[in-house]
Amino acid sequence: MKFLVCISNVPDTTTKITFTPDNKEFNKAGVQFVINPWDEYALTRAIELKEAQGSGSVTVLNVGEADTEPNIRKALAIGADDAIRVNAAPKDAWFVAQQIAHYAKEGGYDVILMGKESIDYNGFQVHGMVGELLGIPTVAPAMKLDMSGNTATLEREIEGGKEIVEVNTPFVASCQQPMCEPRIPNMRGIMTARTKPLKVVEAVGEGAATSVAEYALPPKKQGVKLIPAENAGELIKLLRNEAKVI
Amino acid sequence: MSVLVVVECDKGEVKKSSLEVASYGAQVAQALGTTATAVAVGEATEANLAQLGEQGITKVLFDNEPRLKDFVNGAYTKLIAAAAQQEQSQVIVLANSNIGASVGSRLAVRLKASLATNVVELPKIEGGQFTVKRGAFSGKAFADMVLSGERKIIAVKKNSIEAQHNAGQTAQVEAFSAQLSDADFADAPKQVVMQDQAGGILLPEADKVVSGGRGMKGPENWHLIEELATALGAATACSKPVSDVDWRPHHEHVGQTGITVSPNLYIACGISGAIQHLAGVNSSKVIVVINKDPEAPFFKAADYGIVGDVFEVLPKLTQAVKELG
Repeated sequence: MKFLVCISNVPDTTTKITFTPDNKEFNKAGVQFVINPWDEYALTRAIELKEAQGSGSVTVLNVGEADTEPNIRKALAIGADDAIRVNAAPKDAWFVAQQIAHYAKEGGYDVILMGKESIDYNGFQVHGMVGELLGIPTVAPAMKLDMSGNTATLEREIEGGKEIVEVNTPFVASCQQPMCEPRIPNMRGIMTARTKPLKVVEAVGEGAATSVAEYALPPKKQGVKLIPAENAGELIKLLRNEAKVI
Repeated sequence: MSVLVVVECDKGEVKKSSLEVASYGAQVAQALGTTATAVAVGEATEANLAQLGEQGITKVLFDNEPRLKDFVNGAYTKLIAAAAQQEQSQVIVLANSNIGASVGSRLAVRLKASLATNVVELPKIEGGQFTVKRGAFSGKAFADMVLSGERKIIAVKKNSIEAQHNAGQTAQVEAFSAQLSDADFADAPKQVVMQDQAGGILLPEADKVVSGGRGMKGPENWHLIEELATALGAATACSKPVSDVDWRPHHEHVGQTGITVSPNLYIACGISGAIQHLAGVNSSKVIVVINKDPEAPFFKAADYGIVGDVFEVLPKLTQAVKELG
């Protein structure tokens, strides 16, 4: 079975977010980029399923410029077999989805996995768009994924619960915890990753459907009002009479 | 032409987040000089749908197909696309829920629309172009996104817009059929399992949240969190380290890699306030922090704070809430 795992390159979760002086772009200076944490679930689960099946392949795909290659190599070190980098800045979800759909179709993948969303732009869109472009089901967000032959059993999170869903390949799923324990690269993986194939291809399709006019940071808090612990009950009165939230 | 609003229903009731979405759609319709039509998904009743008039909805399309009770991506997408077609809707508004955003992304492709998810404010409308403010960087920032396509789809974040209630207004409920076939139900669930939630309040829908961190010292102490939550009518949540060690289920994990919440009141008990946790809660309207360490970074992001032992403070708070009556 052929797995395609789509990864995005995002600022590390500890990053303090700042923007360029005109507030039009994220300020990348000094920022450590990582594989999107949600995508790690997709990657590890694909590798586990391939191992369980004893055959098949896991390909990672990233839409990004050359600076994303260290994280693509990391994905190869974790256990993917080969990689595709679509050489373009990921302008928006629609742009990225077109790239994935095109190369997924070209490669004839059975299972297309990705994280539920990227932790930078938080679109939660790409999986649905890819499914729609390819005319195949999308299960999002999936907390569990098991395969038996060409049939997958997934747990899809819905507000307040979950649905057990069965779909046949090909399908798209976006992944989140507790699907698996994301793996980290070991020494052997790091060594072999250097020579695994990483193909660079050009972008296809239309441009972006949306653009960002300006970024802003959340307004700063006014400062904390401290209530002495021995008068804790006073807090509740403030929440009712001053903040008016209870 | 009208604005189409997707309302999610559960056990006959329209979800709170969908009442907000209905109000949002009605206000956009008013700005555009048109009306707002709703299309219902989930388990709905005609009487409750008619009440969407209170949020400014004129007409509700209702497909009485029983299999629409549970979320089916394929069928929901087709139903909403058919409704948009019939109503010639250039703007579709839905909730930024797992259901709304899943369907929204498929619709964006099918209807060739520009899509914005996680939207927190009404759009600025100039000519045919919308600019919407949306959450980005997992709650650490906002982005003003420009939707320039002829069709726009907006997924509204919960608790960002207040639902209007104009008592006495009713919407006209019309039977609607999208001619759904078995193929549209290919991803229908085999089984639906709902969680047992303390007090029956779901975290993603809650407007008050009581959350615990490692400072709670163990799952056996969670009754202190639950008692305060029950007294307040709040949902319970936790920090990442707590769900990582399985003191609490993962769906309660609030933060950058868990869920992002924006309740009116967020009470953090024994949570130090790592940047990843703050990202998940900093759009809450009022934040209360209880921590015995006065240097805990969370105090900098809080409106109210108590420096003290959670095991002593929590019972006092619960008692004080009960005394309010």
